[in-house]
Amino acid sequence: MSVRHALLALLSEGPKYGLQLRHEFERRTGEVWPLNVGQVYTTLQRLERDGLVESDDEADTSPQKSFRITAAGADELNGWLRTPPDLSSPPRDELVIKVLVATRVPGVDAHDVIQAHRRHVVQLMQEWTRIKRDAAAEDVNLALVVDAELYRLDSVVRWLDAAQSRLRRSVVDREVPVRSDEPARATRTPAAASVWTSTTGAGDERTAT
Amino acid sequence: MSALQLSRVSKLYGSGASEVHALIDIDLRVDPGELVAVMGPSGSGKSTLLTIAGSLEEPSGGEVTVGDVPLSRLSRNERAALRRRVIGYVFQDFNLLAGLTAAENVSLPLELDGTSGKAARAAALEALDRLGVSDQADRFPDELSGGERQRVAIARAVVGKRRLLLADEPSGALDSVNGESVMRLVRASCQGGVAGVVVTHDAQLAAWADRVVFLRDGQIVDRTAERDGPESLLETGPTR
Repeated sequence: MSVRHALLALLSEGPKYGLQLRHEFERRTGEVWPLNVGQVYTTLQRLERDGLVESDDEADTSPQKSFRITAAGADELNGWLRTPPDLSSPPRDELVIKVLVATRVPGVDAHDVIQAHRRHVVQLMQEWTRIKRDAAAEDVNLALVVDAELYRLDSVVRWLDAAQSRLRRSVVDREVPVRSDEPARATRTPAAASVWTSTTGAGDERTAT
Repeated sequence: MSALQLSRVSKLYGSGASEVHALIDIDLRVDPGELVAVMGPSGSGKSTLLTIAGSLEEPSGGEVTVGDVPLSRLSRNERAALRRRVIGYVFQDFNLLAGLTAAENVSLPLELDGTSGKAARAAALEALDRLGVSDQADRFPDELSGGERQRVAIARAVVGKRRLLLADEPSGALDSVNGESVMRLVRASCQGGVAGVVVTHDAQLAAWADRVVFLRDGQIVDRTAERDGPESLLETGPTR
């Protein structure tokens, strides 16, 4: 997250002073990103030095000193908004390495290792969901921030699920090359009305779903 | 007293070479007002767990207790009555009856249980109102959006004095925002004192629960633990 560009975005709405910028930054990031007031003023000084913001009196150091965005600042902001962030994976994803290593260490069950990480990630997701649940309905900014975390963590759980399936399949394929790793099953969802009227219960023909 | 208790519940299908252990020694307790998610992949036994918890089928071993009533002591007629009065179900594909209006779908379990048509409709309208779809009461399911159909399905599950809400992948094919709405509604029902069990493969749905249990090959292999409150996340900002 670029504080520099976030301040430019706030100033694109109109002139603001330092404390106001800090307050609005925290509010609009769902208050999950506390900002040091010194960081705000240091960043504003650099923006002013680079000609991206300006103030009426450069020598004024009072908290009420007002800043506004320049045309160069608006161009910088628009360029930044459209520049893709670095989404490349880290060179050594720690979780991937742990699961890879777990498949090779004698006495370690890779499935147990996968489950330990799955539980941890789901617990984190429960905590983020509680934040979203307890937030005011109109706090869209907080919901956006929490959603981003939930989708990122969800992708980790999905990878762990896929890793577990792949490891199971590889074992089965080695043992019995033609067999699927899951038993054949028939799926049947009970019809709505039978839930309340049936006195016989489903028969033994059901299989696990 | 728990709302639902599964004690060493097992389910076996078939015999001999085709024998499948769908559930093995499941112990699970859900208290009133609590929402528990059962998370597992396809074939892990989670839907079987839900149908046994809801008395739609019988376990091969162990005991299911709803409130203070062990299901094994009930006749089949008594179990059907329990399903109508105490247990609400939400299915992945809604399972609304196409020939009935939203209000008729919701009032049906009450009417089948002997409630007068007028009282059942009043209860249905009250449940639809709680779910925010009372203005759709006289529409048929094919006249409703996916989100509205699922709200009607939840209204049907909580109408009357239900104490146990069982949901199988309750957000179905809804988009993520509507899926979240469904879980908010399920949670709101639980906060009213209903005990809820949601089975899902989706971690984002499971994360709405107070507790998550993980099911693999018919066995509970793990459970989430209570952690520090959500404030601990806010102090450090998003983890990267």
